Amino acid sequence: MSAVAFVIISILTLSAALAAATNPKLMHAALSFAVMFVGISAFFFLLGAEFVGLVQIFVYIGAVAVLIVFTILLTRHDQEKTRGFNWSGVVISIAVFAGLVWAILGTKSLSVAPGRFAFVSVRRIGELLMINYAWPLLCVGVLLTAALIGALILVMEDKRE
Amino acid sequence: MSSWITSNVWLVPATPIVVALLILGIGKTARMTSAILAVIGQLAALTMSIFAFVPTLHTHGFRAVENFTWFTFGDQSLRIGFVLDPLAAAMMLMITLVGLCIFVFSIGYMHEDKNFSRFFAYLSFFSGAMLGVVVANSLLLLFISWELVGLASYLLIGFWIERPSAAAAAKKAFITTRIGDMGFFVGILWLYHQSGTLVFYDNGHGCLEPAALAAIGSSVTLVALLIFCGAVGKSGQFPLHVWLPDAMEGPTPVSALIHAATMVAAGVFLVARVYPIFSVGAIDGVTPSLEVVVWIGVITGLMAALIAVAQSDIKRILAYSTVSQLGLMMVSLGVGGVAAGIMHLLAHGFFKALLFLGAGSVIHGLHHEQDIRKMGGLRKLMPITFATYAIGMMALSGVPFFFSGGWTKEEILHATEHWPQSHVPHYLMLAGVILTALYMTRQVIYVFFGQPRAASSHAHESPRVMTIPLILLAACAILFSIVLTPA
Amino acid sequence: MTLSIFLIVSAALFSIGLLAALSRRHAIFILIGIEMMLAAANINFIAFWRFTATPTQPIGVMVAIFAIAIAAAEAAVGLAMVIAVYRHFRSTNVDQLNQLKG
Repeated sequence: MSAVAFVIISILTLSAALAAATNPKLMHAALSFAVMFVGISAFFFLLGAEFVGLVQIFVYIGAVAVLIVFTILLTRHDQEKTRGFNWSGVVISIAVFAGLVWAILGTKSLSVAPGRFAFVSVRRIGELLMINYAWPLLCVGVLLTAALIGALILVMEDKRE
Repeated sequence: MSSWITSNVWLVPATPIVVALLILGIGKTARMTSAILAVIGQLAALTMSIFAFVPTLHTHGFRAVENFTWFTFGDQSLRIGFVLDPLAAAMMLMITLVGLCIFVFSIGYMHEDKNFSRFFAYLSFFSGAMLGVVVANSLLLLFISWELVGLASYLLIGFWIERPSAAAAAKKAFITTRIGDMGFFVGILWLYHQSGTLVFYDNGHGCLEPAALAAIGSSVTLVALLIFCGAVGKSGQFPLHVWLPDAMEGPTPVSALIHAATMVAAGVFLVARVYPIFSVGAIDGVTPSLEVVVWIGVITGLMAALIAVAQSDIKRILAYSTVSQLGLMMVSLGVGGVAAGIMHLLAHGFFKALLFLGAGSVIHGLHHEQDIRKMGGLRKLMPITFATYAIGMMALSGVPFFFSGGWTKEEILHATEHWPQSHVPHYLMLAGVILTALYMTRQVIYVFFGQPRAASSHAHESPRVMTIPLILLAACAILFSIVLTPA
Repeated sequence: MTLSIFLIVSAALFSIGLLAALSRRHAIFILIGIEMMLAAANINFIAFWRFTATPTQPIGVMVAIFAIAIAAAEAAVGLAMVIAVYRHFRSTNVDQLNQLKG
């Protein structure tokens, strides 16, 4: 794991996240949101979880970010910019960040070096999903089905009236 | 200098891409700066290509390979790098030279356009991606650059975003090439599954080297045909040729760069690059996959030539002509004339770009009139355009001795004549060549000869920034024949 | 490369997401902020798995996969709600969606 890669990826991710959170233009914010997920996926690659990184690209960038872009296009009004920025949010988030950093730096046991690197193959993940984690897998399946049906019902137009 | 370049060939595609990002960064208002940056980037790439090309001429069978391990996962690793051999070097030279002429031409053609800088950013990006396709060291890197080329083509065809027809044409181009790319991707996966590597040349373990080719076994025809799907999409072969004529919605420099000289050449280049996979177990130079290549090329070549005879839009004639010539190139590769096909590809790059830019000059001079029935008599009103266009037309029609197209077409027809499988491609391609001369003559007569019709009355010659690239390309079309003359 | 530096980055990402969720008035931005917070938590999971446990049991990977699936489901339902509300109120500004306010 190289420090240079870490610095570059974290700069990319954090600046894209900041752009997504503060840019008044919706489309630009949504697109930097997608860039941020590329950075997070790169983090996963750096940490040795390549499968999760790829799933992240498929699901978040390929589905969630695209969904958000679609929704922005469907709910467009006259104004493209959004008015209103609540400054108390900045204060709260800075306070939360400060608290988290204080907690992290205060815990001695977190300054550890990476452990032995063992490659996690997709086959292993599949085996675990089917054998050890079968019950959570089924629950997530039910959840996704429910979300799918629920989203459809929410958006379906009432033809009866 | 040459040895430094041959170990740093990756700079050639990287330079235009960096320039593209720079131009996007400096914004819309810096028009001349973006144009100059783009031209400088392309000039740098051209210089490096020349220096990279020279050593490939000296040594027979020259190949410089660099495989850099980017990251590893488990026991496998992703390796990026480049391959520099005569094929790649010649393609690089053609792409950068034609690209440079087109960039300079665009300064004049897109002068009144308000998205001037964005155009040059996209052009640079396309140029870098295409160079990436040409020097890629593995099928994976080639596929990535391939998709970037498709993206750049989408952005450039649909450049005038206010026009719904342009947006529709861009979508059509992207989706049609995507269909081909699906087959390409499955072919890549299968190849990886059978041979365990996607790197081309890897000290004996590469996928184009005998060990891996033997490991593919009996499915080599299927792998080759799946990879050919990508070439069918990108090079507009039948049945995925439908996007090329509609792609004329883009600005004319885009048509010249993408749909005449470079992007459509990527498909032909791909077949040449993975030719060892196509020719495994060849009996007399014939394998099932190569037969399929020949027949699809024949159908495409003849069909497009027939359609071109009936067109009345100046750019559509050239578009169908491109499809027909690409069919001819595929036939040449299929019958075993790889060198002839690639030579025709390079020559075609020069004179087709010349023809498209000449058409652009005509369109610009007639204030965006594109119907040839409304043109005429431009021979006197636009003399430089006429002269260079005539040179391009004679090169395309295959006029012998002075024009490069004549030499390359003769080579191809010679190769098809000696194909052991069948003589039908030879006769059909001969018919295609005759049709080419027919529709090009028809076009030149309509546009340049006769009395000035509706739009031509107030035509004027194009500014020098547009005519100088025309002259340069015309010179290349003629000089290239010196290279091709059997010495 | 210590664990704390990864945790600090994910804490920063989390607080930026919190910023987006709390201070923006457009409903979609709030959802963007929520997705950012979920992604930051995912980074935490993977970082902890990589650094402290013996990485032969991919527990962190499994949790992250499930978290991504759940986040996707929640994003879909949330955006469907935004569209449904927009149809009715013609506005996505959460300040104007105050009919239940006492």
